[in-house]
Amino acid sequence: MSDGEFKAVAGNNPLLSGQRAVPTPSVLDSAIGLFEGFFEWFGSLGIFTWQVLRAAVTPPYEWRELIRQLDEVGSKSLPLVAMAGAAIGVVISMEARYSLTRFGAKSMFPATLVYSVIQVMGPVITGLVVSGRVGAGMGAELASMKVTEQIDAIEASAINPYRLLAATRILACILMLPLLTLATDACALLTGWFAQAMVEPLSFHQFISSGFNGATFNAFLPQTFKTAVYGLIIGLIACFQGMRTRGGAAGVGRAATNSVVLASLFLILADVVLVKFILVFFH
Amino acid sequence: MATAYDIAIKQEDVDKEGSVPVVAVENLHKAFGNYTVLNGVSLSVDRGETLAVLGRSGTGKSVLLRLIIGLEKPDSGSVCIHGHDLSGLALDRMGEIRKKMGFLFQSAALYDSLTVAGNVAFPLEHHRRDMSKAERADRVRKLLGEVGMEGDVDKMPSDISGGMQKRVGLARALALEPDILLLDEPTAGLDPISSGEIDELILKLQRERHMASIVVTHDLHSARTIANRLALLDQGKVVIEGSFEDLQQSEIGFVKEFLKQS
Repeated sequence: MSDGEFKAVAGNNPLLSGQRAVPTPSVLDSAIGLFEGFFEWFGSLGIFTWQVLRAAVTPPYEWRELIRQLDEVGSKSLPLVAMAGAAIGVVISMEARYSLTRFGAKSMFPATLVYSVIQVMGPVITGLVVSGRVGAGMGAELASMKVTEQIDAIEASAINPYRLLAATRILACILMLPLLTLATDACALLTGWFAQAMVEPLSFHQFISSGFNGATFNAFLPQTFKTAVYGLIIGLIACFQGMRTRGGAAGVGRAATNSVVLASLFLILADVVLVKFILVFFH
Repeated sequence: MATAYDIAIKQEDVDKEGSVPVVAVENLHKAFGNYTVLNGVSLSVDRGETLAVLGRSGTGKSVLLRLIIGLEKPDSGSVCIHGHDLSGLALDRMGEIRKKMGFLFQSAALYDSLTVAGNVAFPLEHHRRDMSKAERADRVRKLLGEVGMEGDVDKMPSDISGGMQKRVGLARALALEPDILLLDEPTAGLDPISSGEIDELILKLQRERHMASIVVTHDLHSARTIANRLALLDQGKVVIEGSFEDLQQSEIGFVKEFLKQS
């Protein structure tokens, strides 16, 4: 068929001549679809959370898997959070020294570093680093198990996958995040002090006693233990995204990406609420 | 309120041979979105019997097995195992019934982070906590011996062939000594020799264990070899159910076409 003939045929055929057979959805339809998807996701997450909670509190308890996950989340994330903490310590140290010198408040350096690291940067950096490493790993692992029917095989073997796979991972995240945060804080303070000591003499004892001078437990403990909530968010979202995956290798990739993106986003949003909560109840 | 153990299948239920079918599926409907997969399927299987479910790809054969073991929920209709209706059972209660069922997945679905032995030991580790390590290892060895895989205990699933994976999957399905065996395309993707070996293995297990089995397949030769009874599915319904001879004598167009093409 020549081009001319094709155009002649197409001219009589609404599909071939470029007319739309199916009307495109209106902006309102798209918005409704978006809202439906949003509420469907939260509804499914709610049901998933309930199933995990119910499985977690009823025996038999999966101690062996929990210990394996504590090692996976805790020990294996330790080098990464330690390095991130060390880098953050040096950065804050350099920035704080520059700013405080400018405003003639150099004596405030130890306290500024201690408060910045323990109250703000340590928890958030730990959360984001663990979200990246553990969230992606868990999301991809569970998604891969889902698409290869391994989770179905667990269920078919009369084993509750919410208890074995999800509850253990989420609990491991909840328990390990505060400990990893302490490690991040320690590394950040150490390298922050070291960076300062390289420029002008400051003993570590002097740095610590000055930095923590007048500090109470309420100033630091809630900020550290709020990361248990970060752990809950990371574990829950990674397990949820992984265990609801469909669609082969592409689905596994999507699950891993979504786990990291959503966990990081919810972690930062949760931080806003948690900071306000801590300010109201602990100060 | 009944506990999980109240609804667990008791030995006396199992021994009531003939009084209640081991598996009874009644008027089962299942749709995914607008696509109806099962449209009123009714089947039953007794102890010691093997039913082969045949049909074209996408006619809901695998979905039927997933409904029987509770991996999917029916839109309507019922699945009864030893007379216990599965509808509305919580996951843990469902687990008590699943302990009496063995499932071989089409892809074998072996746990890729565990060895061959680890895969077979997995259900035992979770449900036979009273077993010592040595007893468990011995049981795993015996199960793998039954399926001819005793020499490959330490291999990873990725290091063995598809046929070997099916054998390991079968050993895992038998680990808890089920009285119901569900096999999803046990010979799919295998060469004729491996298919024949799997068929032989299934026949041997049936002779030795006297289980109620449902085999989903599109392999008519395999179905004829291992099953006492065949059911042919089309468009979500059972078109015909009976012996291979019943199918051969049928005047139904689809049955004739299916036999001709197989």
